[in-house]
Amino acid sequence: MDISRMDDLVAQALAGDRRAIARLISTMEQGGAEARQVLSRIYPHTGRAHIVGITGAPGTGKSTLVAELAKAYRKQSLSVGIVAVDPTSPFSGGAILGDRIRMRDLATDPNIFIRSMATRGSLGGLARATADAAHVLDAAGYAVILVETVGAGQSEVDIARMAHTTLVIQMPASGDEIQAIKAGILEIADIIVVNKADLPGADQAVAALEAMLDLNSGHTEWHHGRLFQVEGVLAGGDQVKHSWRPPVLKTCALRGEGIEELVQAIAAHLQYQRESGLYQQREHERAAEQLQRILRYTLLEQLLERIPKHALQETVEHIVAREQDPYSAAEALIAQARLLS
Amino acid sequence: MVRERKIRVLIAKPGLDGHDRGAKVVARALRDAGMEVIYTGLRQTPEMIAQAALQEDVDVVGLSILSGAHMTLVPRVIDLLKQNGLEHVAVFVGGIIPDEDVPALRRLGVKGIYGPGTALSDIVQAIRQEVEGRE
Repeated sequence: MDISRMDDLVAQALAGDRRAIARLISTMEQGGAEARQVLSRIYPHTGRAHIVGITGAPGTGKSTLVAELAKAYRKQSLSVGIVAVDPTSPFSGGAILGDRIRMRDLATDPNIFIRSMATRGSLGGLARATADAAHVLDAAGYAVILVETVGAGQSEVDIARMAHTTLVIQMPASGDEIQAIKAGILEIADIIVVNKADLPGADQAVAALEAMLDLNSGHTEWHHGRLFQVEGVLAGGDQVKHSWRPPVLKTCALRGEGIEELVQAIAAHLQYQRESGLYQQREHERAAEQLQRILRYTLLEQLLERIPKHALQETVEHIVAREQDPYSAAEALIAQARLLS
Repeated sequence: MVRERKIRVLIAKPGLDGHDRGAKVVARALRDAGMEVIYTGLRQTPEMIAQAALQEDVDVVGLSILSGAHMTLVPRVIDLLKQNGLEHVAVFVGGIIPDEDVPALRRLGVKGIYGPGTALSDIVQAIRQEVEGRE
């Protein structure tokens, strides 16, 4: 794509043109120099959207819940971007992206943009380009961006780092009360939702989750389960400690029940972050984390470009033959690559 | 960043078809062939299909129609794709399509028409050729 064409697309996307937005998201997915160029153009326009992450085991009703949330935000006249991430098959490299099925009602609303993405080999629940897709939607003016990803909670750290507010969705009587209660879920949830609350066992699920949260409360302040002290200053100069205990809410997305309360809890969480200074802190963490991640794969890419393929092959042979251990081998390759620059 | 290009296919069932087993079989075959398949399910209107194709920036739209309404639905979808700047998107049709309607569909621009018994590998091939041929 030549630069002027890219500039046109960026201008159109910033003005809200959906075709341009879609093309830019594809460019981000494809990666390479073009993706970098696009990002450098749109990044100054990002930072306004509220990014909400929704994760939970398959079958808990996430997509339906996302659709209900989107409708609720539309009632507040807010435009909504949705990024729905599904796993890429590690065997074929392909994917079935089926989250749109649950979002029929939203399909023709001009103020809702839905993009399905495959993880394409990324671990941690999100595609490498998910954050980039959110940047495009943010820059294009979508007020709320809902990012949906499958997960049981423990490996889905990506979403917690990327979103301002992370929802973990559970289901009653899934046998998973115990599973859910394990560290993973509580560590990443800002709000815990027991969906399909019309099913038996909903109240027990809520009680079990509350009990687990109780065990951790007291002197612990919560943010994503990490021990965290936030101190704010009131007008009179008094120190005040802020804390956020993840609320446990019941919803029945299929019937649209509990959605209003959920929307309020999400808004309350954003408010809490702004008042406690956590918002700024997380912006720093997010930027630092993204920078590190990019440095890591960029450096690796550059390094691999300098090492001739046969040298890599030979090194592998040495390792298999126990003539060299992997650590020394890696150091030798790095030293060799440096010499070439 | 390493460059990566995947073929993105939208599989949709316009109209009032009651079941989607065939479409799901094709969706799985395309996934097994390394493509990303956006599966939208039953009872899609042409407007919904065009919007999805737009937002998902797909290379191909696959329409599965069992109801016999293809001569109404397919032209409408193709029209809406054009209106939305998506004339480059290749349209394939599967399902129950009588032989006598095939020429008319081809004239509309449909790239492939696949009835029951089509080998899945033929569909995969045709899509690959169509998309990779364009680049």
